[in-house]
Amino acid sequence: MLNMTETKSIAEVEEQIVEEFELFDDWMDKYEHLIEMGKSLPFIEQKFKTDEFIVKGCQSLVWLHPDFENGILHFTADSDAIITKGMIAILLRVLNDRTPDEIINAKLEFIDKINLKEHLTPTRANGLVSMLNKIKAYAEQVKLTRSHKS
Amino acid sequence: MNEVLQEKKIIDVEQIRSQFPILNRKVNGQPLVYLDNAATTQKPQAVLDAIQKYYSEINANIHRGVHTLSQEATDAYEYSRKTIADFINAKSSEIIFTRGTTESINLVASCFGKKFVNAGDEILVTEMEHHSNIVPWQLMCEERKAVLKVIPVTDSGELMLDELTKLLSSKTKLLALTHVSNTLGTVNDVKEIISLAHKNGTAILIDGAQAIAHTQVDVQELDCDFYCFSGHKMYGPTGIGILFGKEKFLNEFPPYQGGGGMIKEVSFAKTTYADSPMKFEAGTPNIEGGIVLGEAVKWMKNVGVKNIAEHEHELLHYAIAQLKTIDGVRIIGEAKNHASAVSFLVGTNHPYDTGVILDKLGIAVRTGHHCNQPLMKRFNIPGTVRASFAVYNANEEVDKLIEGVKRAKKMLS
Ligand SMILES: Cc1ncc(COP(=O)(O)O)c(C=O)c1O
Repeated sequence: MLNMTETKSIAEVEEQIVEEFELFDDWMDKYEHLIEMGKSLPFIEQKFKTDEFIVKGCQSLVWLHPDFENGILHFTADSDAIITKGMIAILLRVLNDRTPDEIINAKLEFIDKINLKEHLTPTRANGLVSMLNKIKAYAEQVKLTRSHKS
Repeated sequence: MNEVLQEKKIIDVEQIRSQFPILNRKVNGQPLVYLDNAATTQKPQAVLDAIQKYYSEINANIHRGVHTLSQEATDAYEYSRKTIADFINAKSSEIIFTRGTTESINLVASCFGKKFVNAGDEILVTEMEHHSNIVPWQLMCEERKAVLKVIPVTDSGELMLDELTKLLSSKTKLLALTHVSNTLGTVNDVKEIISLAHKNGTAILIDGAQAIAHTQVDVQELDCDFYCFSGHKMYGPTGIGILFGKEKFLNEFPPYQGGGGMIKEVSFAKTTYADSPMKFEAGTPNIEGGIVLGEAVKWMKNVGVKNIAEHEHELLHYAIAQLKTIDGVRIIGEAKNHASAVSFLVGTNHPYDTGVILDKLGIAVRTGHHCNQPLMKRFNIPGTVRASFAVYNANEEVDKLIEGVKRAKKMLS
């Protein structure tokens, strides 16, 4: 509690986002916030916007680049659709700079609480479900390589 | 008096709407504005009743029982085939029930390929085809070692007819093209193209998925060899569709699938096949779908295909004119002859974003590539927003669409 710079747990960040979204009582304000978040998403470096890092949705495209340093996974991402970008921004607020275990165990139930779950269904085909699968797969992968090394 | 008559709309939209229970639904707290009719249309009460009636009164397997129910079901199924045949001016023996346009095209690609296509032959399609009218031909060409060639599209979304003439050669066995484009709304001059193909000795298949609910189709007048459509896009049920084929081809085709119902006589030495259409309808078919599609056709005939077309034409042109008043809107597909659907983009906004916001407003449109990836590539766009109309749509719904597009534009800017 004394250490103010300590990073918040996934649950804490989720709680914070839920509180933030509770402020909006109509969908327009909520989506405007989502769009703003999309605009503020830290851009992925242009050199990573290649086929290697693309996650193809039928409706929108997502690029996702992972970095792994000191036991922590860091992602940058982008999308061609702004609402998809907003969703990425929310998800990365929770999942970025975490250990592989934290990512693997994340349930992300808060998405349901803020009523944005519809964007995380495969029928939307916006690339977000595949992106989440990729994030989890990266986490599994680095965990595996690390346990092999030790 | 005359003026009053002229002003009277042929279609009483309110009366029509009252026949579609789903139109009373709310979506995201808003009254549903359903403008995704090119994907599938909603169903009138007459069709819903027919489904109920089939299962509660005559359900039985067809073409195989002497008992009364089986006879009644068979009669209803064959009566429906006749109704559909009359609707497009064909003979019953030329009407094959399929799962939909996709299966109809696959059937022709498979059977025509086996019978008539050899190594080095060519099949022609166009750049505006739905994937359903591309992939079956690719598969067949691969199998038969034939070559698939493509007729390009102009900037306004029309076929380049001079290219078509150049591409037709002595090797061209078949030309497959859409009657109406599902993305651009372009109405192709199929009659002219069919005659060009025939002069070249080329068979022709028309994908009528987007035409059948919007224009009167007469296969004899068109003189096409094959015409395909889906029940669910013409107020009928899903999982049922039609292949019209000229007798001379159907008689020469090998069977598509083997099974019950398509044989004359089976022995392990040799099996002989039934005549068309039975030859192509192996196994227990979608009996309910077949029967109810006939009811959907009757419903359309009652309203009048011409009336439907006129009403939709008005809606479409009203929508296009209104869309054009919005700064930054770009219409994709401005063919002179345009029906049923309008595709557009708003500034640099992604179609997905516009679609999500319209959905929040209760407005159902389609966004994305509409199963036309080569066409999107040709226009160098990720996709479009598409509004497509049916007889139950009202001008007020176009107004709501326009309001919605404006609101989405503001939110996304
Ligand atoms: C032009 C066109 N062809 C073919 C199809 C495929 O129809 P179905 O999925 O009913 O088989 C569609 C449906 O969207 C279409 O628009």
